[in-house]
Amino acid sequence: MNQPARKQRVQLTETAAELLRGLAEQHGPLMFHQSGGCCDGSAPMCYPAGEFRTGSSDVLLGELLVDGIPESIEVWMSAAQFEYWRHTHLTIDVVPGRGSGFSLEAPEGVRFLIRSRLLTDEELAALG
Amino acid sequence: MAKYAAPGEPGSVVAYRSRYDHFIGGDYVAPAKGQYFENPTPVTGQVFTELARGTGEDIDRAVSAAEGAAASWGRTPVAERAELLNKIADRIAQNLEAIAVAEAWENGKPVRETLAADIPLAIDHFRYFAGAIRAQEGGISEIDPETIAYHFHEPLGVVGQIIPWNFPLLMATWKLAPALAAGNTVVLKPAEQTPASIHVLLSFIADLLPPGVLNVVNGFGVEAGKPLAQNSRIRKVAFTGETTTGRLIMQYASENIIPVTLELGGKSPNIFFADVADTQDAFYDKAQEGFTMFALNQGEVCTCPSRALVQSSIYDKFLGDAVERVGTIKQGHPLDTETTIGAQASNDQFEKILSYIDIGKQEGAKVLTGGEKAELGGELSGGYYIQPTVFEGDNKMRIFQEEIFGPVVAVTKFDDYDDAIKIANDTLYGLGAGVWSRSGATAYRAGREIQAGRVWTNCYHAYPAHAAFGGYKQSGIGRENHRMMLEHYQQTKNLLVSYAQQAQGLF
Repeated sequence: MNQPARKQRVQLTETAAELLRGLAEQHGPLMFHQSGGCCDGSAPMCYPAGEFRTGSSDVLLGELLVDGIPESIEVWMSAAQFEYWRHTHLTIDVVPGRGSGFSLEAPEGVRFLIRSRLLTDEELAALG
Repeated sequence: MAKYAAPGEPGSVVAYRSRYDHFIGGDYVAPAKGQYFENPTPVTGQVFTELARGTGEDIDRAVSAAEGAAASWGRTPVAERAELLNKIADRIAQNLEAIAVAEAWENGKPVRETLAADIPLAIDHFRYFAGAIRAQEGGISEIDPETIAYHFHEPLGVVGQIIPWNFPLLMATWKLAPALAAGNTVVLKPAEQTPASIHVLLSFIADLLPPGVLNVVNGFGVEAGKPLAQNSRIRKVAFTGETTTGRLIMQYASENIIPVTLELGGKSPNIFFADVADTQDAFYDKAQEGFTMFALNQGEVCTCPSRALVQSSIYDKFLGDAVERVGTIKQGHPLDTETTIGAQASNDQFEKILSYIDIGKQEGAKVLTGGEKAELGGELSGGYYIQPTVFEGDNKMRIFQEEIFGPVVAVTKFDDYDDAIKIANDTLYGLGAGVWSRSGATAYRAGREIQAGRVWTNCYHAYPAHAAFGGYKQSGIGRENHRMMLEHYQQTKNLLVSYAQQAQGLF
């Protein structure tokens, strides 16, 4: 299990967890910021923790715990974008691919990707 | 019908080399770390060349070359700079077919588009800025009869440019033409999905360029783009891409206190007022085409009209006709001149579009046509093809709010003018918009009230060099195109001169 049992908005596939373990070995603690907009946007960007300055315009969606990585991985999104996303559950997955802004995984020939589903009423009540 | 042979095949108008290094200081230079990365074509998924995998060392070398050339290029008379731009335009024009086929093969877009739009527009942009720089004037302000303020335009120096993959050559041109015209030298990083076609272009123009004026370093964002954006010797960075990287680039630019131009995408509304359907004439047909523009370039356009807003009184009829029109789009081999929609540019792009189609369905949006990947068979089965897709739903749905960057339009209806403007502006972005009406007054009012940098009125997806392009809200900072772009690549030097002989009387 890579995830704590409590309800949360964001999770990882096992493939994504495996990739993160490799990236953490190379780069140390990690973070995600979900991007909007064109080209490589509408996709999660992975950076060394602290590389991307989050601020009052961002929302912390969750903290991912991955076996083999001591530090949790924070997942952020801009607050304005979150308003349109709050009813959905996100799973960070990996697909073969190429470009990704400055995201760390691109040179590996893969790309993080968000898969979404609607939150259930019960989850929505718990997450607010 | 004509179909071009793939680059390098017998009878092809163009061939890619098997490997490209970095273009630095007028020469091809191997990467410092000796590594290369493969470049597949989205048409078939097959690798067709490899490119130097740039790192900070390569960027540093390129910035040094650009720095070395900056003083002399900045002092080159504008007539000579303009002449270089015109010569570049001539060479591109002489080799249009080869460049157009090379770009279609690398990006997956139909050669019909690169032949008719991307490359002719690139030619025209070089010519436009060749003219604009010669027509540009400084200023003389008379502060009082004996005190004059002179305002001169001066180049910034070395600028960094990070190019997107959706129009690899046209987007490079949008940034290069004004920067070079204004007397800057450039370090350019092409997108890692489409790094090779610019080298085909370079093969036709490299001999024209003074060494160091244009340097191209290939590579990944994190390995080459980031050290470029962070380099303390560049005087500006221009980026087209998405919001998170845009913020990161601003963050890096703040470390060096340099300006940025950011073009970060959109979710452009395309509004059809009821009077569009008053008669079934040529204008109605044009509006129908305007709706279908979401499929241009496979939807991989920052200004893709990805939200269509149709007035309720004509909704059923207009949308019925529009879906039929979408059905006439010809999906196929990008090198076939009949093809009007080709391949998505990469596998991750393909997967992302499918994930959005999935959440659209889950949110209850109705698929009116498309909604699946396209299986084209044969050699195309390894490529990345998506059916043109029309969704019907509500503006609060994620497919109405996020840039899918695929051939997917989300349609909803509005009751009246105020409703249209409210829905149009209910978005984080403000890059493009379309307004369709037979009433000049309605179109004008709507155009002024929509919070977007470019409002196409009774047209869409036209990109003339002489019209400013750029975003409101989260779509970015600054503009591209138009003469005003020169100033985005220039410093202002003010000489404040007194012709008086008397002391000021302060001391």
